[in-house]
Amino acid sequence: MDETGLQLVIATEKSKTKILPGGTPVFLTADEDEQQKLATTLSRILKAGVHDLENGLLVLVKH
Amino acid sequence: MESYIEIILLGIIAGFVTRIIILKTDYRFYPGYPHGYVTHLSLGFIAASIGAVAVPALVNKDFAAVTFLSMAAQQFRDIRNIERETLNKLEANELVGRGQDYIEGIASVFESRNYLVMLASLLVSTITYLTGYVGGIISSLIAFFLANRLMKGETIQDIAIVQEAQLSFDGAFLKADEIIIMNIGLSKSREKILKEGLAVRIIPKNDNARLTLHDVGQRQAIIHTAAVLLGTKKEIGEIEWTPLARKNIDTGDICIFIIPNEPDIECLIEAVKKAPVLESAKRKPLSTSIGRRAAD
Repeated sequence: MDETGLQLVIATEKSKTKILPGGTPVFLTADEDEQQKLATTLSRILKAGVHDLENGLLVLVKH
Repeated sequence: MESYIEIILLGIIAGFVTRIIILKTDYRFYPGYPHGYVTHLSLGFIAASIGAVAVPALVNKDFAAVTFLSMAAQQFRDIRNIERETLNKLEANELVGRGQDYIEGIASVFESRNYLVMLASLLVSTITYLTGYVGGIISSLIAFFLANRLMKGETIQDIAIVQEAQLSFDGAFLKADEIIIMNIGLSKSREKILKEGLAVRIIPKNDNARLTLHDVGQRQAIIHTAAVLLGTKKEIGEIEWTPLARKNIDTGDICIFIIPNEPDIECLIEAVKKAPVLESAKRKPLSTSIGRRAAD
């Protein structure tokens, strides 16, 4: 996982309609608290940055 | 023959002292002292010796000896390469890197300092030969002064005004004044950044300065200086603490964001002011007619 770019998307129950199945893994969480927690964990594991798309989706991007 | 030895000695001493004088600005360039000091000083000593023997060699009609000067120049050029290589290797493990431009600048300064030492001892030994010791001593004082002036180089405060900037969040976007720095997705990180982050605004004084600050290598050098002097909380795999410099594309102002270990805005402003202006980043559109016409 050394290449840069979009690593994964984290959606909540509410925002899961904003994304269609594609090549990028999507993680589903119950609410925003869980979403934040999962994003923190995954960003540390993947050494990637968390960005907020401001529509309920978080993405992890390697810079 | 004895008098030659005295001329040479005076030249060497003058050159060596010049090297010591211009060594004191090395702390930013060189983390590796006292070993760095030893390297610098012994090279300076060699350079001083080469400069000092040139005149007595010429006077003795020993022209072969003078050609050593050119050989020495080649030697110092190699040192520049070695210096560049070392810093490039270290760069890979640097959390806040110097950037290629800064490394190039350091390498060339390292080389040119030795030439300066060579020139100083050449000057002093020549004048000692022509006028005697008093002239030699006076000329060495002049050489010290000149070397100090020549090696100073410009800093950011010469080309720009540095002041505090306010960090804020517009949704997920971190902003310093009106300039967007980056998008932060984690709410806890946002809180920490607002609590501990600092930002400064660099306002270029003219179009030359604007284009110099536009250079990415120049911005990296400023960030590196700030991070070295105040520390940074950036850590492996935690990219939201990365210090960044972003530009207002309409005005050319630069905002620098950093989470320092020592959250002292006065010191941060001071550190940014003291950051060197890189020779490779320097642009001078105002000294051309096209640049001047475009500016108004």
